[in-house]
Amino acid sequence: MSIAFYPLAVLTLAGGLGAVLLKNTVHCALALSVAFAGLALLFLTLDAQFAGFAQILVYVGAVAILVVFAILLTKGSETPESGIFSHTWFVGLIIAAGVFAVLGWAVLQSVNALPNESAVPAITVHDIGNALVGRYVLPLEIVALLLTAATIGAVIVALHEKEGAK
Amino acid sequence: MTPLASYLLVAALLFAIGLAGALTRRNAILVLIGIELMLNAANLNLIAFWRYGPHPEALTGMMFAIFSIAVAAAEAAVGLGLVIAIYRSAHTTDLDQINRMKG
Repeated sequence: MSIAFYPLAVLTLAGGLGAVLLKNTVHCALALSVAFAGLALLFLTLDAQFAGFAQILVYVGAVAILVVFAILLTKGSETPESGIFSHTWFVGLIIAAGVFAVLGWAVLQSVNALPNESAVPAITVHDIGNALVGRYVLPLEIVALLLTAATIGAVIVALHEKEGAK
Repeated sequence: MTPLASYLLVAALLFAIGLAGALTRRNAILVLIGIELMLNAANLNLIAFWRYGPHPEALTGMMFAIFSIAVAAAEAAVGLGLVIAIYRSAHTTDLDQINRMKG
């Protein structure tokens, strides 16, 4: 495991915590892009260059910008005076802590059973491209269709005006 | 602790943070942010298992992560479009105040 793992893990988790805990919604979006960038760097430490750069392109480049647009379009940056957390926040916190306890317990119990191949996989972007248009061409086409449908659907949903509403 | 276990623990912690955000925040956009964090934690798991698994040349985990990133992008676009549509009709994104199904 590379030495870069620990600072990157701390950066990613700090970004995630900031995205969830900060009061101002715009600050949350900025912390979210820090978490996404940290995850992209973690992908790079895992020798997954293509996934890392796809993560930067899609998440830091597109999803974070979309979130900022949505915040500004909905006046979401105004902090409500009634607080930023739902009145049932305690239940949500207990559920999240329980889920983490179960996941962490499962990981720690199965440490010896987990695979541990140390050899760096010799995978180039060329191999990934060949696999995408070879073995995985049908999922690729379906994802293309899904993205087209999602783009059109998002525009129609967001543009919809009620008849008679002025 | 093996490297894979460390990555899995980080992903589990990130998933729990995202779940806590999705369950406790009042703003609908922040709930979507929590869901995005959970999806990303799952992607980290997939890539980590691909890297330390026995057959990385089969590219299974890598492909799963790439398609998951594409689907998450579509989900984010539709989700934020829905939030904007709800804001148009309810004039708020506070989930505690959006408590009726009538349009």
